Amino acid sequence: MTDPIGDVHRAEYGRAVAVLTRYLGDLDLAEEAVQDAFTVAAERWPREGLPPSPAGWIITTARNRAVDRLRREAVRGEKEAEAVRMRGDEPVGDHEDLLRLIFTCCHPALRQEAQVALTLRLLGGLSTPAIAAAFLVPEPTMAQRIVRAKAKIRDAGIPYRVPGDDELAQRVQPVLAVLYLIFNEGYAASSGPALTRDDLCTEAIRLTRMLAGLMPAEPEVQGLLALMLLIAARRPARTTVDGALIRLGDQDRSRWDRALVEEGQAIVRSCVQLSRPGPYQIQAAVNAVHSIAPTAPATDWAAILTLYDQLMAVTPTAVVTLNRAVALAEVHGPAPALEIVDRLPLDGYYVFHTVRAELLSALGRAKEATAEFERAAGATGNEAERAYLLRRSRLG
Amino acid sequence: MKTYLLSIYQPDGPAPEAAVLEPIMRGLATLTKDLQDAGAFVFSAGLCPPDTATVVRSGATGALVTDGPFTEGKEHLGGFTVIQAPDLDAALKWGERMAAVTTLPIEVRPFQQ
Repeated sequence: MTDPIGDVHRAEYGRAVAVLTRYLGDLDLAEEAVQDAFTVAAERWPREGLPPSPAGWIITTARNRAVDRLRREAVRGEKEAEAVRMRGDEPVGDHEDLLRLIFTCCHPALRQEAQVALTLRLLGGLSTPAIAAAFLVPEPTMAQRIVRAKAKIRDAGIPYRVPGDDELAQRVQPVLAVLYLIFNEGYAASSGPALTRDDLCTEAIRLTRMLAGLMPAEPEVQGLLALMLLIAARRPARTTVDGALIRLGDQDRSRWDRALVEEGQAIVRSCVQLSRPGPYQIQAAVNAVHSIAPTAPATDWAAILTLYDQLMAVTPTAVVTLNRAVALAEVHGPAPALEIVDRLPLDGYYVFHTVRAELLSALGRAKEATAEFERAAGATGNEAERAYLLRRSRLG
Repeated sequence: MKTYLLSIYQPDGPAPEAAVLEPIMRGLATLTKDLQDAGAFVFSAGLCPPDTATVVRSGATGALVTDGPFTEGKEHLGGFTVIQAPDLDAALKWGERMAAVTTLPIEVRPFQQ
């Protein structure tokens, strides 16, 4: 099924909002204008075909719509409309605009849950239901979170700019957290028929690459980039031709993207030399260990367990504990791992149920494993993931 | 330009000794001077302790007056400065200096436009 407008929306929404925010100086007006443009596209494109540059068409149409809207509003009037029209003729620095928007969305005066929601909404162009699903919160809660965050940006005067050199190291931390969340949303889409939303991964990598270029001396930015590259390298081996999921252990490693693997490994090596470890660098190192193993049984799980011990020292969260338990099961067997997993407060998180099911299966508790796989299948909104889990549940 | 309220929150209890207070007041005076020189200063005030406060409410039978602050807490509003700044980052920079001088948390809050 092809959905050209949907494709353009996913790929270009954030860029369009970023550019329009520079023209208009207001996030709500920018989003409104971009949404207007997509409404016009939905009417015209099926009839007239896609324009040569859909992204350019959306930005131009959004700008014209905004100018019309401002003209109609007596308070703003012709002068402001003209100013917007003139600014529209400046050369467009998309990267700069996107960075500006991301630093605004990830401003420390906003709480992290608001930063994440705003970035996914404004840069990722995700719908509020998709964002709500990704963060396991009710839709009205997420909608309210976004409205409040935008209101704070406007009322408190959070500036639309990239921070100066003196603040950059500190201000980049929330940006990294948000980019990684976008990447994960792209890699394992929370809803919809496809397993991945490659455009989101691509966008997350693109933004992270840009940040990495901007901050070459910040190892965590490099670490995050390496982490994304090493995970994305497995993308070609992760699904069958009909889109079904293939787990890491079952993947045909010859299909991994060697260029991405080598780039990721090279960044991990240069990070190790800097000797300033952090959570993203450690996770990148875990994935580098996977990427070195020629076959799944050749994986150095002891090295991975050591890296997870380091990660637990920096970020002792339930999800890290869950991932560490997977490594622990490989090194010390499923029984001690299940003991740890059973204590985690992650009920409703499909990865938790999947790990638990695999451990039960490894312990020969087939009936419980089947039930747990079904629970996992019920907890994911991703159809490819669900199909895999239901297939797996029948095996016990 | 936007207008911001910088509120100083201080712990309840007796005021610090003069030896502690004196450098803080000197620091605040310097900060006020810098705000004025930068054209950012609007207004500033220090408040008497919360036990000097009175709350008045409008009731069916007339005004209801109670002794003490509106909320009892471990901290209270000790004083405030109103400033003008181009954006929140600029306002937070002034707030950061005020926090360093007073060693107290500063709430930065925008005025309605």
